[in-house]
Amino acid sequence: MSENTNILVVGIGGQGVMTATEILAEAAIALGHDAKKTEVAGMAQRGGVVSSHLRFGKKVLSPQITPGTADVLLGFESAEAMRWQHMLKPGGITLMNTAKLVPPVVELGLFDYPDDPLAEIRKCGNKVVAFDATSIAQELGDIRLGNTVMLGAIADHLPFGAETLLDCVLKRFQRKGEKLVELNRQAFEAGRAAVGAAEAAIG
Amino acid sequence: MAAVMPAPAASRVLMSGNEAVARAVWESGVKVAAAYPGTPSTEMLEVISTYPDLYAEWSVNEKVSLEVAIGAAYAGSRSFCCMKHVGMNVASDALMTLTLTGVVGGLVIAIADDVGLSSSQNEQDSRYWGRFAHVPVFEPADSQEAYEMTKLAYELSEKFQVPVILRMTTRINHVKSLVVVGERVEFNGAGFKKEPSRFVMVPGNAGKRIPLMFKRDIELRAEAEKSALNFIEPGSDKRVGFITSGPAYMHVKESFPNAPVLKLGFSCPVPFEKCRELVALVDQVVIVEEVEPLIETELKAQGLKVIGKEILPLQGELSPNVLKPAIAKLLGEPVPVMDSVVPMKVFPRPPTMCVACPHLGVYYTLSQVRNLNISGDIGCYTLGAGHPWNALDTCVSMGASMGVALGMDKGRGEADKDKRVVAVIGDSTFLHMGMQGLLDMVYNKGNVTVLLLDNRAVGMTGGQDNPGNGRDIYGDDSPRVDFAKLVSALGVKEERIHVVNPYELPVLFKTIRDEVKVQDVSVIITDQPCVLIKDYHKLKPFEVIEDKCTGCGNCIDVGCPAIHVTRRGKEVKPNGREVDLAFVRIESSVCTGCTLCVQPCAPGAIVHYAPVSPIQLVKKGCSA
Ligand code: SF4
Ligand code: SF4
Repeated sequence: MSENTNILVVGIGGQGVMTATEILAEAAIALGHDAKKTEVAGMAQRGGVVSSHLRFGKKVLSPQITPGTADVLLGFESAEAMRWQHMLKPGGITLMNTAKLVPPVVELGLFDYPDDPLAEIRKCGNKVVAFDATSIAQELGDIRLGNTVMLGAIADHLPFGAETLLDCVLKRFQRKGEKLVELNRQAFEAGRAAVGAAEAAIG
Repeated sequence: MAAVMPAPAASRVLMSGNEAVARAVWESGVKVAAAYPGTPSTEMLEVISTYPDLYAEWSVNEKVSLEVAIGAAYAGSRSFCCMKHVGMNVASDALMTLTLTGVVGGLVIAIADDVGLSSSQNEQDSRYWGRFAHVPVFEPADSQEAYEMTKLAYELSEKFQVPVILRMTTRINHVKSLVVVGERVEFNGAGFKKEPSRFVMVPGNAGKRIPLMFKRDIELRAEAEKSALNFIEPGSDKRVGFITSGPAYMHVKESFPNAPVLKLGFSCPVPFEKCRELVALVDQVVIVEEVEPLIETELKAQGLKVIGKEILPLQGELSPNVLKPAIAKLLGEPVPVMDSVVPMKVFPRPPTMCVACPHLGVYYTLSQVRNLNISGDIGCYTLGAGHPWNALDTCVSMGASMGVALGMDKGRGEADKDKRVVAVIGDSTFLHMGMQGLLDMVYNKGNVTVLLLDNRAVGMTGGQDNPGNGRDIYGDDSPRVDFAKLVSALGVKEERIHVVNPYELPVLFKTIRDEVKVQDVSVIITDQPCVLIKDYHKLKPFEVIEDKCTGCGNCIDVGCPAIHVTRRGKEVKPNGREVDLAFVRIESSVCTGCTLCVQPCAPGAIVHYAPVSPIQLVKKGCSA
């Protein structure tokens, strides 16, 4: 149903895809929406593909996003962002981390990793904003901040303000000390700025 | 796991179906909860163990967990047991008699069907157990319903003194949605009352209980007819009406918001009158159920004109994508085609073993030994069937590696006469169902080499504790099984039992090669913890010296995901043969220093990682 907002978060087991989606769901609920979140993950803990669906709005029925109806695709990894393009609705947007995580089957020479996932995605005519979330996290001192960078990246592409989302992110770290809260705030803002800059560049 | 303060009553909480059931179990005043972990059911018990005022346990298998729950229910307390679909196959022996004795305190069995096979060896419909065992089945459609139905199930269970099956599927267990929670109410049972004619199921007593069971069936059906869990939503478009259960209901509502729907939350025994009501309301009725045509078959046997699996799939999950075209076709309407639903071609990304997994060395070694038929088992070691090891030849069900191996040995034909049979099993799996198989193997004088991979955890489901690691579900100390002594007690000869470190490849290789030659049962136990549990300790990471790497690719064959190819090449050997080269790099930030890849590296190109300090960087910058 079109009144619902559909967000698809994709990546690889271990990247924090499910946690990120859960935080998005919490933000939606905090604002009074109904929300459902589901994964197609399987044994994803071991480096497999993860796609996490979030639907929110007045009343959500089916938890899964129907292919061709996602409003936003948040891609934690380049090839995964490419894999899930068919889920986007016409005019939907992809926000993607340019980092590439190469799986063992490619290392073994059984398959090829696409040369330029970004170009492939552009080829199908979808709007895409790319930025290097992993490097941003590394510069802030911890690769694990990548998750928060990604959430910052989607902050201005939601039907609600970035503040609620930021609150939900920071709430998770409150018990772990002020320093971590501050780092995550920076990561969030950096992600948000990176997407803003990349979008401005696209025009 | 330490008990946490549960959210206060009336809170709006985002919960998975598993979490919602756990909350309802706690609120219902349940005293005993038991399970063996299994995706997608695991979190139910994990979460229950965080609540105060009840006892939770990881049992060694599902049958034992059900027996524990039965005992508590006989004693008059409320009890709970959960499992994944295949778990009920194991527990069914107890279930089929439990249905005769019934319960005193309420007993709810939550069964999680892995519809769509996200991590299971088969797809089976647990609703059959309701019919087989003559017990009622509830089918929630989301977390809120899972929560409410669990509480109602305890009431029904006590009213009819019958266990109740709560049938869930992956899309209930793992989907998070809103739940408004309530308060815990203490349940004070009457205590155990001796009643041998009811609780001692010898033929004479059991025979008398069977007619009671059939009588109960009739009463339960009447209860289902009037249950608020079964309701009709009239709808305005009378061309097609739907009878549906579980999460399929959501897909029906999403796809056909104006259609009349009968939702069966209390789906077994089927309320026939309610179904007739819907049939009378519309032109055609389609039964939408996941996976098997159970309700459909029963309604057809009643002479009702309904349609079901003629137009819907017998396998996998339902969704609007499946429903909409099927109904359009039925109505003779143009079948909707969705735009841009053709996915782009991207390499597959199957699950792999973790960086430094203690099983890597075992599979690497097995892939290097010739002439083996390898019988595998459930769990992380199933991943050994994938690349680059390809080191498993069978995988049937939990613990089956033992019996299958013995059968391969005894049933070998001429072609396999020189092959050696190896069975691979994990610690938890061995304790779950493997022990009897090994006993059988010893007793019947098999010729099998058993690899018992003890990683001190139920690895695949997230590293839960088991008797092999000396911790209970609360993380408290408990006696730890000594596997060497255990297999010795099962009759394996002392000299045929070896405990080896799976990170010492030469020893592992020699032990396996020697033992497969012996005409007897051997057990090789590997004893290093799963990298996901707290017993695992990281060591100094490694890196590859670029100039020294010859591109032989030996380290890649170990299969550690921390090793990456930087470039490929070709080399012509003196004998004229052309070989492929792959030069590598190690992702030092994730390498745990397990040394597995170092061992097959002949030129010594893999060395301890020496991070470049910022000062050196500056100096480098200056000299450049
Ligand atoms: S979870 Fe443990 S046992 Fe499973 S692959 Fe990872 S390290 Fe190995
Ligand atoms: S030493 Fe080698 S095999 Fe072990 S974790 Fe590091 S890269 Fe992986």
